[in-house]
Amino acid sequence: MPKDQGIGARSKRREDVRFLTGAGRYTDDINVPGQTYAAFVRSEVAHGKITKIDTSDAEKMPGVVKVFTAADFDGKGGVPCGWQIHDRQGNPMLEPKHPILAEGKVRYVGDAIACVVAETLEQARDAAEAVVVDIDELPAVMDMKAAVKGGALVHDELGSNLCYDWGFIEDNKAATDAAFETAHHVTTLELVNNRLIANPMEPRVALGHYNRAMDDYTLYTTSQNPHVIRLLMGAFVLSIPEHKLRVVAPDVGGGFGSKIFHYIEEAFVTHASRLINRPVKWTSTRSEAFLTDAHGRDHVTKIELALDKDGMFQALRTETYANMGAYLSTFAPSVPTYLHGTLMAGNYKTPHIYVNVKAVFTNTVPVDAYRGAGRPEATFQLERVIDKAAREMGIDPIELRRKNFVGADEFPYQTPVAVAYDTGNYQATMDVLEKIADLAGFEKRRADSAKKGLWRGLGVNCYIEACGIAPSNLVGQLGARAGLYESATVRVNATGGIVVMTGSHSHGQGHETAFPQVISEMIGIPESQVEIVHGDTANTPMGMGTYGSRSLAVGGSAMVKATNKIIAKAKKIAAHLLEASDGDIELKDGKFTVAGTDKSVDWGSVCLAAYVPHNYPLAELEPGLEETAFYDPSNFTYPSGAYACEVEVDPDTGKVTVCAFAAADDFGNVINPMIVEGQVHGGLAQGIGQALLEGAVYDENGQLLSGSYMDYAMPRADDVPFYTVDHSCCTPCTHNPLGVKGCGEAGAIGSPPAVVNAVIDALQRAGKTNVTHIDMPLSPSRVWAAIQG
Amino acid sequence: MTKVSMTVNGKAVSGEVEGRTLLATFLREGLGLTGTHVGCDTSQCGACVVHVNGQAIKSCTAFAADLDGAKVTTIEGMANPDGSLGTVQQAFQDHHGLQCGFCTPGMVMSAAALLAENPKPTEAEVRHHLEGNICRCTGYHNIVKAVLAASGQDVGQIAAE
Amino acid sequence: MYAFELEKPATVAEAVKALAQEDAQALGGGQTLIPSMKQRLAAPAVLVSLNGIKEMIGVRKDGGDLVIGGATPHAVVAKEAGAYPALAGLAGNIGDPAVRNRGTIGGSLANNDPSACYPSAVLASGATVVTNNRQIAADDFFEGLFTTALEPGEIITEVRFPIPQKASYQKFLQPASRFALTAVFVAKTGGGVRVAVTGASEDGVFRWADAEAALSANFAADAVSGLSVDPEGMIGDMHGTKAYRANLVKVLTGRAVSAA
Ligand SMILES: Cc1cc2nc3c(=O)[nH]c(=O)nc-3n(C[C@H](O)[C@H](O)[C@H](O)COP(=O)(O)OP(=O)(O)OC[C@H]3O[C@@H](n4cnc5c(N)ncnc54)[C@H](O)[C@@H]3O)c2cc1C
Ligand code: FES
Ligand code: FES
Repeated sequence: MPKDQGIGARSKRREDVRFLTGAGRYTDDINVPGQTYAAFVRSEVAHGKITKIDTSDAEKMPGVVKVFTAADFDGKGGVPCGWQIHDRQGNPMLEPKHPILAEGKVRYVGDAIACVVAETLEQARDAAEAVVVDIDELPAVMDMKAAVKGGALVHDELGSNLCYDWGFIEDNKAATDAAFETAHHVTTLELVNNRLIANPMEPRVALGHYNRAMDDYTLYTTSQNPHVIRLLMGAFVLSIPEHKLRVVAPDVGGGFGSKIFHYIEEAFVTHASRLINRPVKWTSTRSEAFLTDAHGRDHVTKIELALDKDGMFQALRTETYANMGAYLSTFAPSVPTYLHGTLMAGNYKTPHIYVNVKAVFTNTVPVDAYRGAGRPEATFQLERVIDKAAREMGIDPIELRRKNFVGADEFPYQTPVAVAYDTGNYQATMDVLEKIADLAGFEKRRADSAKKGLWRGLGVNCYIEACGIAPSNLVGQLGARAGLYESATVRVNATGGIVVMTGSHSHGQGHETAFPQVISEMIGIPESQVEIVHGDTANTPMGMGTYGSRSLAVGGSAMVKATNKIIAKAKKIAAHLLEASDGDIELKDGKFTVAGTDKSVDWGSVCLAAYVPHNYPLAELEPGLEETAFYDPSNFTYPSGAYACEVEVDPDTGKVTVCAFAAADDFGNVINPMIVEGQVHGGLAQGIGQALLEGAVYDENGQLLSGSYMDYAMPRADDVPFYTVDHSCCTPCTHNPLGVKGCGEAGAIGSPPAVVNAVIDALQRAGKTNVTHIDMPLSPSRVWAAIQG
Repeated sequence: MTKVSMTVNGKAVSGEVEGRTLLATFLREGLGLTGTHVGCDTSQCGACVVHVNGQAIKSCTAFAADLDGAKVTTIEGMANPDGSLGTVQQAFQDHHGLQCGFCTPGMVMSAAALLAENPKPTEAEVRHHLEGNICRCTGYHNIVKAVLAASGQDVGQIAAE
Repeated sequence: MYAFELEKPATVAEAVKALAQEDAQALGGGQTLIPSMKQRLAAPAVLVSLNGIKEMIGVRKDGGDLVIGGATPHAVVAKEAGAYPALAGLAGNIGDPAVRNRGTIGGSLANNDPSACYPSAVLASGATVVTNNRQIAADDFFEGLFTTALEPGEIITEVRFPIPQKASYQKFLQPASRFALTAVFVAKTGGGVRVAVTGASEDGVFRWADAEAALSANFAADAVSGLSVDPEGMIGDMHGTKAYRANLVKVLTGRAVSAA
């Protein structure tokens, strides 16, 4: 019988009730008395020198409270970058200032130049149009390879558009190159990982509220990590001490990475509120979101795989150009480096790996983490080149992968790219995939498609990812300017109910449901007795937030640690009440029992005793039952999986239809299978979207051509099939107390290569043997052109 | 400013609006019904879908003043009189048809409109009908499943869990 | 959005009068106009809503013609134009259900978006666009991207479609907007075959003369297989090259003939 409570139960989400009845509370739903509205004046050109800003007409417009320019931020810092990379020579990356409002130059279409704050939103927008800005246009830096060779500079003071040239691991380079010299076969592939826009359905919103009477600030913002925003904005931008700054992220309507970063608008409304002594609200339009939310991916890569005559991988070498955009967003430098290079071993035993990444400034929106962040780019290159190698060597692609897998008995496995995988069973995951995807039945389905005049193809790939980011001492060495622990305070109330205040923050992942399942399991009380509080720096301990599939692995572990402290103390109280030794107390089903006896006391009585300590060991124990824990993991977690996609290609139009998608994942232990499956589904749709539909496209002048849903193709319900997902292959993580690995990004990481492999397979089977690669998105036009040859 | 009167979720309401006040703005700002969301400015995402005189429309693409006298139903009006979740809402919870919840109000309103017109839709019909509602979280799997379940069809076989 | 006054006439005559004011513009379903006003691309001082004009809403048969009121929403056409199934099918696939509940045929034709659906039906059917003061033949109505024969203040009150013997509309979706990346409407009448193409040309909807000739001689899908479409003048963008659209014109024409 499936459980109906605790770990492994498909508990229905309690947050759904408010979301389904319109009672959710998102940032834009919050209004503060006296509130004003902000409308930004944004650059319409990608690159240029500002020669004049005239706000005088705008200031006279109805309702205008104040028009802000960079001068209003004199003495304030720029938006900081949270990660510093050192290049191949050991020099720090080039790091430009990212001002709140443009200082002298604009660097991308959408760069904020000025901002009007007015009594109503429409008044602010009307007046924003009246701000006169003169710009001397400069050539737009758009092509990464050209940009590092010379020409216009995005940041004149840096002297180069090359942010860093990173080698990983530099000491591997000689041996890797040598292995290529002697290899039996080398497969080479040049590819683009298309630029994407995260597009959570809730646009960003920031509402700053300075309270003069208290001399303190509150920022309501659409953030995945309010504490990080408080730290970055308070310490680096506005010089507001943490105790005077509260950051609240209420219900968050999706993020996928794009709501990790500290954006200028947050600092703007907070500071502007002080200057005008009124609350200031900014709500992004979707058009503005396209121009200002950090974009993702955008890598141009050459990858080479060396194999011996049996198809055993000998060495892997990659060169990638990674677009940083015009400024360094919060985690941007880490994405193409430590979230990408470290994963290049994939699920395989490749002895020599060398990764080179050149990060480049361009006149585009800053690029940063988007669901998967670096790992999709790694997986895509690797799994595409393996597929190509299999074809070139005449080896079945699944067979080639199986040959090279790290064996189940070889864990922990030290890769040549720094990380060590703790657990996994890649053969078993592939076995599950072959079954759930009914690979045996493919030929028949292919014949059926052929009868309709359609070309069917099958694509398979594996993935590994590192999540649960991660040990602070390690990431510190790698350049992180923050720790990456997580925190939880578990507060037991006098009558036994529990409130958990966590630094993790849900933006759709269902923490309010899944976290109580863990506590319910540990203590043996109903889930409904546990409530989660998150998203407000005023009532949660300092935590690093939700991204990198880390909430349960890191945040959940902190909660387990705090709960263990609670249980330990509760046992002492129970021992006192039962007149036994606390070593003899057992907790089961919400009851403390003296081992081997029927003497017991229930959870509620112990809690009550803690707060009404009439009969209580006051000499040894403080009253109350509340504990805080910080958890800093000792390693990343390494979810892995094997995915299969089947497509039909219409040869006349090039249209690709995804007919079936199967995902076999190893997430370690699973707290709520329903939520885990939902996470995979969502990731798959984003990965299918990347492969077939989505692409942020700029013209050579830096105008974003895909600047709305008219041109940026979001997957719709009729673009995707029902998916088949399975997480029965389970090798628990060895180093966190729940044995969990994280599931939030897997779908988006693992699916693009499966889709592309499937399309190439369809074309190859139809005799188009010269087609070995098509760049994403595989639009009908591109596929048709490939078919034409 | 002009005065508009409507019946919203069964209650008579009125307010002063500008010509340019969108129905979505009137509902959210004027009436405090913040369940209706705004996710785009090109009329494509469907987060704002409400029913006007029984038909699903995008409340971001209609002027409040143009709808004087209309009967409007929003997500806030979809629960049963006792406050429990309505059929479509309940199916969304049962089948995990939502994650962040931002697309959800529009999704539920669109789904309810479909079922009113086509009580036993096929999977393909559901997917086609939801073309104008973008969800970035769920990959649509559980949304489609929830709508089919809300129509009383057996979904046990459809989707592997 | 810029501020404006909204007027709600009850008759065509009142609407015509309201539209005579300076910077006045008609508001149909608003499904195109409102988004462009949000982008501040349109700045009417007065918007004249046609939604309350009962005489402009509805679908009726008139002899061999199907007559659709200028303010009839797409959803109503989809449901009530059963006498002309290809047209009903076209209307039922414009945008999404919520768009179809508001957007109108008059607004779509007046807007003449190069990727819109209705213009191809009007042109292929040889329909007549009826306004408050004249009748305009389809061949004279469309004048290139977003331009029509309409005079300022002129209102499309109805559209008269002769019902062809056979017809089909084949739409290939632009994956983002869901408008036509390219679409073809083929209509066969006693007088011959007309083929109208939307989404493809830089000049907006057009008739494909070669295909019309070939199909008038032999109404079969393979009658067009020997023809070629010149990619010059086709739209080329991130969703499809010129050559790709030229290919779609041919493929979709063949499919329309098969489906008709
Ligand atoms: C998400 C979405 C998807 C869409 N998909 C498609 C699609 O697939 N195919 C397609 O063809 N269209 C599509 N459209 C456009 C839709 O069909 C619009 O309804 C149509 O283009 C405009 O009609 P309207 O009644 O909304 O006109 P409005 O937006 O109100 O007006 C458009 C223009 O026409 C004028 N006008 C309106 N009515 C009249 C009249 N009776 N006489 C003279 N002038 C008038 C207005 O002044 C304005 O200039 C889509 C729209 C959206 C928002
Ligand atoms: S808000 Fe996106 S369609 Fe209305
Ligand atoms: S649940 Fe988040 S957009 Fe649909």
